[in-house]
Amino acid sequence: MPHGLATAFAIARKDLRTELRTKESINASASFALVILVLFSFAFNLERDEFYAISGGLLWLVYSFAGALIVNRSFSRELPNDCLDVLVASPAPGWAIFLGKAMAAFVLLTIVEAISLPIFGLFYNIHWMDSAGPLVIIILLATWGITIVGAAFSAVIVNVRLRELMLPVLLYPILIPLLIAAMGSTTALLSGEPLTGDNFSYVRQLIGFDAMYTALALYMIEFILVM
Amino acid sequence: MLAVEADRIWKYFGDYPALRGASLEVEKGSCLALLGRNGAGKTTMLRILANLSRPTKGEIKTHVGKGGIGYLGHGIGVYDDLSAMENLLLFGELMGVTDPKQAAVEALERVGLTRVKDGLAREFSRGMRQRLAVARAFLHRPEILLLDEPFTSLDDRAIAVLQSLLKDALNSGATIVMSTHQIREAMELATHVALLERGKIAHTGPQTPEMLLDPGWLYRTYGEAG
Repeated sequence: MPHGLATAFAIARKDLRTELRTKESINASASFALVILVLFSFAFNLERDEFYAISGGLLWLVYSFAGALIVNRSFSRELPNDCLDVLVASPAPGWAIFLGKAMAAFVLLTIVEAISLPIFGLFYNIHWMDSAGPLVIIILLATWGITIVGAAFSAVIVNVRLRELMLPVLLYPILIPLLIAAMGSTTALLSGEPLTGDNFSYVRQLIGFDAMYTALALYMIEFILVM
Repeated sequence: MLAVEADRIWKYFGDYPALRGASLEVEKGSCLALLGRNGAGKTTMLRILANLSRPTKGEIKTHVGKGGIGYLGHGIGVYDDLSAMENLLLFGELMGVTDPKQAAVEALERVGLTRVKDGLAREFSRGMRQRLAVARAFLHRPEILLLDEPFTSLDDRAIAVLQSLLKDALNSGATIVMSTHQIREAMELATHVALLERGKIAHTGPQTPEMLLDPGWLYRTYGEAG
């Protein structure tokens, strides 16, 4: 395996291993997602059809908020003991360090989503299993977009004092096209529509977003890490 | 033959010039003690040499192969939630070490941490953590070592370990640049000295007997107060 990719996997393994031991971001993110889902279920008194109409929006609001809690830790977990300095000073390419961090955040957010999706189905009486296959594809595509942009902003603001507040302010405006596509396609799938025709444009939008921001983040990261 | 060249380096933090046209040349196989008072620009210079910070103006050249730089900064640079072995295996992979496991085992032995190799770094005493940091910095046997205040707050054992590793590194042809306030410890190893004063190099040259005998001599002779 090329050194860059091996480095990315080593960084991802390290992030996942430390997260497994501390559970600091996954506990916060999963609890937050579940609490919001429960609260929303009490907040709206809707008919079943109306729940289906807002299901995609509701799910992706929860996932994007939960995602911010995960990606916020991507680079800030390197601050204790100045570990970020050692990573940057190492011969490992910046893009590989970044890719490893994005991959770890992707896995963590996917776990949170996997935990909260059945809860969502249960509380809102939504039969998501009928369209599980295409739904998983949409979730994975949108989750990659959230983590790649989130990890990039996590690197940008790693030395900012109010980074926990800064991240959502920077992140959500950029995520708007991705969230529109994720919400639209999820609502369509949960309402029993196939991902073909007009609905397929959502998939194209997600793939385009992921490709564009992945390339941009990998290109820019050296400039971001060494200021 | 030069290992490190810094040519008229300027570095601004906002309006404040931390470095003001500082130039430095370090011969391969030598040990340069970068001296200066607090705020003189030593850490900024080392961070630029380690590629952790970009100079506002000026040029840096480090003549080493890939993976040839080892950096020990103010922080210990190890992960608290990984064991000593896991830390070194990770950094071995990042540094491109051919056999990270063998290198980690040897490094732990050198710093006397073999017995606790599976213990988490956060459970270590301060001295043990510092020795782990030293093991991490020397893991890939770098050609150039950049050390920022390496002796500060080290216990006696860690100082002895570090000095022994630095001597071995010098004997095997490595180049060392270390910023320090602890002139006595630094002078045991330094072959050359550079004095930074308010972002400028006030003096650079080989170590002389006067520097060994009287730690204040350099500041009095070449410093602004001198």
